[in-house]
Amino acid sequence: MRYLIVLFLGLVTGVAIALAILFYNPFTAQISLSPLAVSDSQQISLRYSAVAEDSIIITNSGDSSRLQPNPVKVLQLWEAPISNTDVLVTLLQDSRNKSVGIGVKFSSRSERTRLLNGKALVDSAWYIYLPGKGSILIEQSENHWAFLRDVIIPARWNAGNKWRGNWQGIITDGPGALGTARVYGGSGIYSGLKSEAIETHTAKAYSTDVGPVAMEGRLTIDLSVEVDDETSADASIY
Amino acid sequence: MIKTFIFGIILGLAGAFAALHFVSVVDQHRESSIISVTRNGGNTEVFHINLPIDRIMTGAQGQANPLPPGMEWPNDPIFSNVRAELFKLRNARDAIVGVASRFALSDPEFGDKIEWLLHLPARGSVFVRMSPQPVDRSRAGDLSAGTREFGSMLGQVSERWIADTSGSSGDLTGRIELSMNLLSNEQDVPGAEDAE
Repeated sequence: MRYLIVLFLGLVTGVAIALAILFYNPFTAQISLSPLAVSDSQQISLRYSAVAEDSIIITNSGDSSRLQPNPVKVLQLWEAPISNTDVLVTLLQDSRNKSVGIGVKFSSRSERTRLLNGKALVDSAWYIYLPGKGSILIEQSENHWAFLRDVIIPARWNAGNKWRGNWQGIITDGPGALGTARVYGGSGIYSGLKSEAIETHTAKAYSTDVGPVAMEGRLTIDLSVEVDDETSADASIY
Repeated sequence: MIKTFIFGIILGLAGAFAALHFVSVVDQHRESSIISVTRNGGNTEVFHINLPIDRIMTGAQGQANPLPPGMEWPNDPIFSNVRAELFKLRNARDAIVGVASRFALSDPEFGDKIEWLLHLPARGSVFVRMSPQPVDRSRAGDLSAGTREFGSMLGQVSERWIADTSGSSGDLTGRIELSMNLLSNEQDVPGAEDAE
């Protein structure tokens, strides 16, 4: 019996060491320099509030571990195929806080998530409409591991279930070779555009009850225009 | 005793790392795709939206009763020509498989457009641009871009409103049918040159 107790204590210690290695793993450090920072082409920067109450709508399965849907009576995504998905509709502002567009973000937790490799992945797609300019689709894979480790877990450890501080990070993790998101122009001046983007989050306060309390998202989109005539030509075969 | 403790630590470490490696954190539910192969080598897949039960949001200025109740749609004049809608998306077996946004745009500079973004969590997203003018009661548009499974696809998507006149479906007023005719851009198209 004594040996069984000692074995159990050893097991618990082993699991605790494994979790500590996972948490403090220096090889899962977050990218701090944007790959677009070295680009000399024109870029647009769009800001949005990542606080649920500031959104036009946000909905998901309504599970207690997720952001609370806003407004309260919004239809929730409780069906199994979409229960891992969040939908956000938000106002987009430029760097001078002027409303310039509306964004719809669909994001689904990815099966490629591997916490062992520091990958808490989310597959997302942004539809962005900027009146007078046009529309854009952004496809990206996001890695939320750094946010989870630096903000959400400390908030859960805190007695008041809150985190306060200053956290900034690039959440875009692909599918571009440099860890950038893919941008496809839709209509207007962006028609035919193929480019890259990154999304950055800046958090100042987080609560495990309501999610982000003071947090901002920023999309930086490279506008090095590459018109793709091939797509429209090929599509005409129908 | 010490050896047992060390053995327990090693076992705990190995077990924890094995669990982290092999146990999937995200379990994405999948519905079987219902795809029919078409004559040109592409494939057709039909989705639909039952109205009003699948409508999540209707965003437009001047609405007396916004959907969802309590939503505050931006009043800025630059959004006066936008009507945005969000829906749940169903497959041919009437199972919910994704979500979709539909933007009806009336831009003074670039003209009218209808733009869909269909998001199927297990498969990827499809971005479609359509002409607002219906032909034979349906609108057609090109697949502008796709992600993941749809990343290498080309083709067309059509939108059709089918009213429910039977009265047997309770509160349903009808459905929006979205038919996708897609083709991989990595394969040759038999007869494509002849058609041209």
